Amino acid sequence: MPSVKIPKKSTHVDMTPFVDVAFLILTFFIMATKFKPPEPVEVTTPNSVSTKDLEEKDAIMVTLDKEGKVYFSMFSEKDPSVFRSVIENMNTTRNLGLTAQEMANFSKTAAIGVPIAKLKSLLSVPPDEHKNIKMEGIPVDSANNELKIWIRDAINAFSGKKLNLLIKGDNAAKYPSFKNVLKAFTENDQYKFNLITMPEDAPLGSELYNFRQKEQKNKSAEGSGK
Amino acid sequence: MASIEPAEGGSHKKGPGVKKAKKLSTRIDMTPMVDLGFLLITFFIFTTTMNTPTTMDLFMPKDTENEQEQNKAKESGALTIMMGKDNTVFYYEGQLKVDETGNNFKSSTFKEIRKVILDKKKAVIADHRHDDKCEEIRQNWKKRFPADPDWEKACLDRDLVVVIKPNEEATFKNTVDMLDEMTINQVKRFAMVDISEVENELVKKSTGGQ
Repeated sequence: MPSVKIPKKSTHVDMTPFVDVAFLILTFFIMATKFKPPEPVEVTTPNSVSTKDLEEKDAIMVTLDKEGKVYFSMFSEKDPSVFRSVIENMNTTRNLGLTAQEMANFSKTAAIGVPIAKLKSLLSVPPDEHKNIKMEGIPVDSANNELKIWIRDAINAFSGKKLNLLIKGDNAAKYPSFKNVLKAFTENDQYKFNLITMPEDAPLGSELYNFRQKEQKNKSAEGSGK
Repeated sequence: MASIEPAEGGSHKKGPGVKKAKKLSTRIDMTPMVDLGFLLITFFIFTTTMNTPTTMDLFMPKDTENEQEQNKAKESGALTIMMGKDNTVFYYEGQLKVDETGNNFKSSTFKEIRKVILDKKKAVIADHRHDDKCEEIRQNWKKRFPADPDWEKACLDRDLVVVIKPNEEATFKNTVDMLDEMTINQVKRFAMVDISEVENELVKKSTGGQ
């Protein structure tokens, strides 16, 4: 009886398309990735329907962590001299006795979260190790509002430039600490803030939703965003 | 070269003991490459921050001692919203009235407050009386949004003022959510004000009992 010969098929699979796709995805992620900047404190921001992008070019950022502790940071894209002018001014007015190295550390510090009196001991540590230090937060209560001094100095250093005032708060931060931060700004005659939030869609059928639909229809319309 | 050529010529005739060169497969095992590729993909997926943060504008008024400079709100158009601990929301319309017969202090939630705001807005629009100032608001609106066909309606809700009063137990998220609610419902006039003692007591009494 003649046996039927079954042709032996190769178990080899051609992986080339698979590799192609894998590397395409890989390229996409490499291109699209924006690494998270080193964050001084862990903060989960609330969501909002706002569509305005965050600008971190020239900015002062006040961070509120979940315990309501306040941190201060500055961003300057082009002009590093603002850091120096702020810290030098702080050094002379408060008699901190900072060394040149300590002042240089200031510009690399992601966030200041200590009272001014303890600034020297913070800056004497290399900035890379700051995340291991437990900071107690800048005092913002009405009796001793040091944040106000920081903001005043930073505004002076940035004078003439468009400055963004950013407030980054944690979901769980309590309102009074937020109020104190606002007060530190308003007492420096600053009234326009940007609260950092994560994007969220406008709820379906709400007035904003309808408004945005309408806005999209008349694309010639100016004043988009809000 | 010269040394190779004779060998090639000689390969025509295979002598005894000359073995046929084994044909190597051109196939490469790609499995390690794929492994590496996917490892990198996984790494980038985890590190990537897809949605970049946005910012929400907030304008605070100047602190004025002078009462004449302070913004006045019509009682009929005022809606006060208070936030307490554990995401609780309370509100009253107009002025707070507390007496034995009851009060206009009501409890709500973050989900239900939208309806309250919209109802108030509708009531204010229904109540609207036209006057000269209205024209000014309309023209400003027309200038800002030239393509908006509804510019005539721009001033209908001008008497609506929402006052937001978080107490000391409300969180930052509550505050931002409520400010966001103003954007969602297109409330043009709102203010963030400190809670008064009477109101705070009512809020605490309501939240403490739960």
